[in-house]
Amino acid sequence: MAMTMTEKILAAHAGRPEVHPGELIDCTVDFLFANDITAPLAIKEFEKMGVAQVFDPDRVAFVFDHYVPNKDIASAQQCKITRDFVDGHNLPHFFDVGRSGIAHVLLAELGYVVPGDVFVGADSHTCNHGALGAFSTGVGSSDLAAAMALGRLWLRVPESMKFVFHGRPRPWVTGKDLILKVIGEIGVDGARYGAMEFCGDTLTHLTMDERFSITNMAVEAGAKNGIMEADDVVLEWIRPRARRAITVYRSDPGASYVDVREVDVSTLDPVVSAPASPGNVVSVREVGGVKVDQCFIGTCTNGRIEDMRLAARVLAGRKVHPRTRLLVIPATPAVYRQALDEGLVQIFLDAGAAFSTSTCGPCIGGHMGVLADGEVCVSTSSRNFVGRMGHRGSKVYLSNAAVAAAAAVAGKLVHPDEVVRDPVPV
Amino acid sequence: MAIRGKAHTVGHHIDTDVIIPARYLVTTDPAELAKYVFEDLDPSLRQRIAPGDVLVAGENFGQGSSREHAPIAIKGVGISCIVAVSFARIFYRNAFNIGLPVVECQDVQARVSEGDELDVDLATGVIRNVTRGETYKGTPVPEFMLRLLTAGGIVGYVRAELARERQ
Repeated sequence: MAMTMTEKILAAHAGRPEVHPGELIDCTVDFLFANDITAPLAIKEFEKMGVAQVFDPDRVAFVFDHYVPNKDIASAQQCKITRDFVDGHNLPHFFDVGRSGIAHVLLAELGYVVPGDVFVGADSHTCNHGALGAFSTGVGSSDLAAAMALGRLWLRVPESMKFVFHGRPRPWVTGKDLILKVIGEIGVDGARYGAMEFCGDTLTHLTMDERFSITNMAVEAGAKNGIMEADDVVLEWIRPRARRAITVYRSDPGASYVDVREVDVSTLDPVVSAPASPGNVVSVREVGGVKVDQCFIGTCTNGRIEDMRLAARVLAGRKVHPRTRLLVIPATPAVYRQALDEGLVQIFLDAGAAFSTSTCGPCIGGHMGVLADGEVCVSTSSRNFVGRMGHRGSKVYLSNAAVAAAAAVAGKLVHPDEVVRDPVPV
Repeated sequence: MAIRGKAHTVGHHIDTDVIIPARYLVTTDPAELAKYVFEDLDPSLRQRIAPGDVLVAGENFGQGSSREHAPIAIKGVGISCIVAVSFARIFYRNAFNIGLPVVECQDVQARVSEGDELDVDLATGVIRNVTRGETYKGTPVPEFMLRLLTAGGIVGYVRAELARERQ
């Protein structure tokens, strides 16, 4: 039977020659992780399951990224639960403040996920890793606890949808714009329970960083996973990092899809998701002029080195608008260091931005940039629900890093072209 | 498995941020989380909920974050069952894993009003509106999910699996 990449990976991990959409399967898990918010609950449930040790200490990671460095006593207590568990069980893959970063970016960067994997994380944006040709999905804490105990997880085989991107993106149009465009078209539940497979000639123009921001947001269309074939770009990126053997799966020509969408990206302008849904997608020009109080560049969606570079291209030699705040938060220590080495941090500081150690903080209205009633933020994150970044009366526009940087300079939403007439290479 | 309770209605695409904002995710205690449930949607909603009540929602209930704190907060405030047109996938799993049953039903949101008395039969997916004398045909809860509920959630299920492996 012809199968999609997703079906092939799941079949291999369920020990079956083939699987069909809708089937419930018991799947082995190659690697799993939880963060500082989801781990304490996973640990609490794990301890009720009557097992002494996790199924394989080498396949489990805990990554502190949400409320670190700890924002208050309550979050410090939560982190302590996980630290004690890690110590008590001698778990080798633990990432604490200073050596930690935003889990999805960090774990991919360090080769904990490889093509062909089934990867599970107690964080909804775990779908991030599909860009590597892996099946990667987010689960809740109890599911994670079950996988910690058993080394496997029950899954319903998802129906696949195919998105074929055509054409070369114009300047200032990034992978983020492509995925927002798709979510705007199919809606926030357009791929509910499904697998989103991304392909097409456009991918050859996209680096790994841009590809990750596409699969990262598959969950924003309701998908179980987003996936791309592990092509040469992927293999070149992952080979020096991979901690396990790589298996490349390709969808068969006759594989079945519930929907196939062709997306011409060659005429696309940068887009934003207007408040208060990731599916509320419009061209940045349609909302040009909206006054902006804060801009935020960072997160698992857009806190990678290319996002830093893109922001720096806009900010070089310019200043953040006097009535606007700009926060720049690299996703990992490696991105931080590279931004430093490339002189990007200097550009951010010269522009008047706040530059910080890695944290998810602002994206969830947790700490480091919480919004007041009525404030507007342009954010490179993935969600703009009511109250997401602070007061329920605040508003969030989701964008790529260039649009967020341009808004910071202009003090209002603008097309980056309006700020950068002649892009200066940095 | 049958459930009877008074309905509370909410809209479409209710996300986990309005169910339990991230600023409260510094505890895993159900009673503590229940104090803030639906804070950014309708802060008065939790005060109207009595133990055993049923939540009725539209499409894609529970979209967004994987935070299990969301169904825990809903269960913690006393909701015995959620009936919605559809559920976001991670929320759906999380709910059953913590022993909170959820049922999909196309008609329910359009037909049920706040305060209606509902009878929900999980195995058949049939929902009876006692107040209006109407019956809605939902999707029967899959047998595997019923087993999870009977086991008391995923913890009980894993304990049973491990016991089976040891035999």
